[in-house]
Amino acid sequence: MTTLAPALIESTLQPNITLVLVTVGLVAAGTALALDRSLVRVLLGMVLIGNGIAVLYLVISGRAGRAPFVGEDPAAISDPLPQAMVLTAIVISLATIGFLLALSYRLWQISGTDDVPDDAEDARIQRLALEDQTSSTYDPSEESTTTSDELADGDRSPRR
Amino acid sequence: MAQLLLLHLLAAALAPWLAKVLRTKAFPVLALAPAVSFVWLLSVSSDVRAGNLPTQRISWVPGLGIDLDFRVTTLSWVLGLLVTGVGALVLLYCTWYFTDRDPTLWRFTSVFTAFAGAMLGLVLTDNLLVLYVFWELTTVFSYLLIGHNPASSTNRRAAMQALIVTTFGGLAMLVGIIILGVHHTYSISALIADPPPLDTLTVAAVVLLLVGALSKSALVPFHFWLPGAMAAPTPVSAYLHAAAMVKAGIYLVALLAPAFAGAPAWHALTVGLGLFTMLVGGWRALRQHDIKLLLAYGTVSQLGFIVAIAGLGTKASALSALALVIAHALFKSTLFLTVGVVDKCAGTRDLRELSGVGRRLLPVAVPATLAGLSMAGIVPLAGFVSKESALESLWEDVQTSAPLPAPWSWLAIVGVVAGSALTVAYTARFLWGTFATKPGVAPTPVKAAHPGFVLAPVLLGVACLLVGLLSPLESPWLLPYAVDFPVGAEPQSLALWHGVTVPLMLSLVSVAVGLVLFAQRDLVARVQSGVPSLVDGERGFARTLRWVDRGAVETTAVTQRGSLPIYLAGILIVFVALPGLAAVTRGTVPDVRLWDNPGQAVVGVVVVTAAVLVLVTRRRLTAVMLVGATGYGVSLLFILHGAPDLAITQMLVETVSLVVFVLALRRLPTKFTRHPHSPSRTWRIALGAAVGASVGAIALVASGGRTAEPVSAGFPTEAYAFGHGKNIVNVTLVDIRAWDTLGEVSVLVAAATGIASLIFVRTRNTRISRATSKSLPSSNGGRGTWLHGGRTMRKEKRSVIFEVVTRLVFHIMLAASLFLLFAGHNQPGGGFAGGLVAGLALVVRYLAGGRYELDEAAPFDAGLLVGLGLLVAVGSALAPLAFGGTILETTAVDFTLPPWGEVHLVTSLVFDIGVYLIVVGMMLDIVRSLGTGIDRQIAEEEAAETEETDASAAGQAEVARP
Repeated sequence: MTTLAPALIESTLQPNITLVLVTVGLVAAGTALALDRSLVRVLLGMVLIGNGIAVLYLVISGRAGRAPFVGEDPAAISDPLPQAMVLTAIVISLATIGFLLALSYRLWQISGTDDVPDDAEDARIQRLALEDQTSSTYDPSEESTTTSDELADGDRSPRR
Repeated sequence: MAQLLLLHLLAAALAPWLAKVLRTKAFPVLALAPAVSFVWLLSVSSDVRAGNLPTQRISWVPGLGIDLDFRVTTLSWVLGLLVTGVGALVLLYCTWYFTDRDPTLWRFTSVFTAFAGAMLGLVLTDNLLVLYVFWELTTVFSYLLIGHNPASSTNRRAAMQALIVTTFGGLAMLVGIIILGVHHTYSISALIADPPPLDTLTVAAVVLLLVGALSKSALVPFHFWLPGAMAAPTPVSAYLHAAAMVKAGIYLVALLAPAFAGAPAWHALTVGLGLFTMLVGGWRALRQHDIKLLLAYGTVSQLGFIVAIAGLGTKASALSALALVIAHALFKSTLFLTVGVVDKCAGTRDLRELSGVGRRLLPVAVPATLAGLSMAGIVPLAGFVSKESALESLWEDVQTSAPLPAPWSWLAIVGVVAGSALTVAYTARFLWGTFATKPGVAPTPVKAAHPGFVLAPVLLGVACLLVGLLSPLESPWLLPYAVDFPVGAEPQSLALWHGVTVPLMLSLVSVAVGLVLFAQRDLVARVQSGVPSLVDGERGFARTLRWVDRGAVETTAVTQRGSLPIYLAGILIVFVALPGLAAVTRGTVPDVRLWDNPGQAVVGVVVVTAAVLVLVTRRRLTAVMLVGATGYGVSLLFILHGAPDLAITQMLVETVSLVVFVLALRRLPTKFTRHPHSPSRTWRIALGAAVGASVGAIALVASGGRTAEPVSAGFPTEAYAFGHGKNIVNVTLVDIRAWDTLGEVSVLVAAATGIASLIFVRTRNTRISRATSKSLPSSNGGRGTWLHGGRTMRKEKRSVIFEVVTRLVFHIMLAASLFLLFAGHNQPGGGFAGGLVAGLALVVRYLAGGRYELDEAAPFDAGLLVGLGLLVAVGSALAPLAFGGTILETTAVDFTLPPWGEVHLVTSLVFDIGVYLIVVGMMLDIVRSLGTGIDRQIAEEEAAETEETDASAAGQAEVARP
């Protein structure tokens, strides 16, 4: 099948700028959405990015061609491998959508909104840092383990 | 030797059980382990003296240079005898120290015995890394023993302090060990026999080793952990803090001294810090009222003294260091054990309250006095002999100016004399404080001590005397250690009388000064309380801990902002800054094609426009529709590219997702939350644009960089030759790259389970409620209906046309899904597409007839379906193994079946059926969860509201409660 290869290489060496631009648009919009606080928007962003990457696979799979079936001219068909990969990705993205939607619904059930809140524990640590405090596990006891019965405070009786 | 260690291990393992059965009588049994070791060490004495060292080699991790090598040198013989002998006696002593009712016996016995074993291993091993392991074992066991009473916060803090300090030293030591091991050898005997040159690296390693040794032996600035460790039960103090663990540091110094005493900083760290510690410890011992703490500071002082002498590194000092180690172990353990007896019998350790105890506890007062005299260095006890010997070696240094030059050698000898004076003073304070009858203090009520309880102190006290008297006989046994040293003259034999020498004079001076200090103790106390405490290691330790904690809080506060967008932005900024920027600045952009056909541009404009509009809209459903538009657009791009399988799957997935979105979002607010004051929108879009541009740049640069032939070049031939199918994409999925697919369907199973769990929270939905089994308010007298489930829905939600169409289309869709499944191997289709169509058919049934109709259409649990699918897929993957094939191998079977004629059956079809079942199961799970599950929650809430507002609202009865 060496007849297929040079054609493939040659066509990928000249990427399809239209598809590249579609990828750029989808990924840019998707990323902007994914940075949102709303979990549904994050999910929509992920879907857009997924679609963009699917188009990216078309870019790197070279030029368009006939559907990849045995019996077609091997030099004229489109590259089948990226297609198999994208097919896998599409179905996974459906599972992701279902999962994140269930997550958003659950978040809404619990908090009344689908906005992801800041982590409360991290906020607490930031408050500690602002107030120049130590962590909660720090033992602030300054009392010595040994000097309690030295002459300086002589009226105490020794530890038993 | 390994057998002795195993014996300890066995004893430690059995100890909890023994303690349960025998209670305190377990101690004498456990004492057998160190006792046996003691006897064995005695039995090899002449071999050791003759230089015929017993050795044992067990290969453990030869690749890393870690071997269980053991050998008995003179040094380890001395230490080993002390560790095992004192260990056995202390265990015996514990029999009367603890009571049968003590609930912690099981733990204490085990840890104590294990500690004895670790200590023995430490002095016997010949491998530095194994030594480190034993070293840290003693640290951990000592932590457990100090924290014997975890209910007391002082105990806990003392244990933690000891652990942190000694582990810190241990880690420094480990670095030193690794430096030595990597550049030279891990074998101790090889290192001593052939010392490496003192280059920078070796000196660094030696200094690190010394840090470990000094922390273990509680030298300034690490000294504070030892008095804190007095929180432990007294037998622990007697053993760990007199005979055993603190001697580990001295052992290490003595071990390295023959080879590295000439290293720069060696004398500063050993002799310098040692003598300073001797003075600090003695000074503070004079201030104590608790006789146990007094001894603890005395121990700090003595350890400093021994390290200084061991570190001096001459033949004479080596001999006296060994003598000091022996003398100290004997007198200090006697004294600690005495404190234990006094504490138990008199009920206090405060020397201001104790009065007249000596007369009542004569059996311990006598050995304690012997030990005290030994500590003070009074003739004819062991302490006198060793101190004389130490002064002798320092005097030799003064005379020869080697190894310490003039001012330092004088300073050292003055330091030792001053330290000895303090020692005499605090010894007198201890003996007077513990046993004297004080005027003005009522005699302390004292219980009589059990004879067994005083046995160990008596034996050890007598040993102090005997070792002193017999000192000339001991020298030949200790000398083999001293001859290894390159510096100094042959040492004089240990003896009680060397004539009237300078050291003897110095000794007398120190005793005289010490006695004056004791006589004027009130004056001394006033002076001491006027002098601020200069060396407070504990405060420094607390300050360091606080500083570390604050550092951790600040670091966490800076790096862990707790905001998901900020974390994500961090990742994306790195992506833009590194690969993105590299592609833009360093990459070569190849020639580009405008398009493969103009249709791509048309679709592309629509897709990008829709994507940008998603950013603008604030309505959820609008956003979902726009995202759906991009998905359909992408499937058009697939068609234009020549990828029909992709296009079909993408269309189906897009349709399903639209439905799922609507189902899930129906209860959420219709609009996204507005954050009007959020400045982030601009930078979100900017970052998004940057990421998009980076992806584009990388796509261009990477495409142009391609050189290798694609792996898929051979797929068309392989697909038919090995996969027996004509649809190359499908064959890729079920054969060529079937492992990927297997992984993917596993993800689907996990996701389906996750979705169901998130909605039903407690259990996966297994309740099947079929419409036909419900008793319903029938509207048409039980005559036939298009969909049974339709009757369960509210009238305003029903659509007869939808129900009719569903009834007509459902089975056609199922047939189509099966066609896609079976034809997929040679034509567009396959398990994924087929499964999605079947799932869509279920969705249609649900939408038309409600949740009961869904259960009517699929009266089984979705989990069962995905599980079955996974079973079929994995089973078909493994099946070829049974026929001598490989996993996931495909075979074709051709046969004739009368109605069809020729049948070409490919085994990978079974795998595809598994995929099909999993996809259908996942779809069912999604609809059951986001459809039925949410329906039910709505119904339950409405029913609850109805009950609240109007209990007799019979008109709502059609909202059937499950």
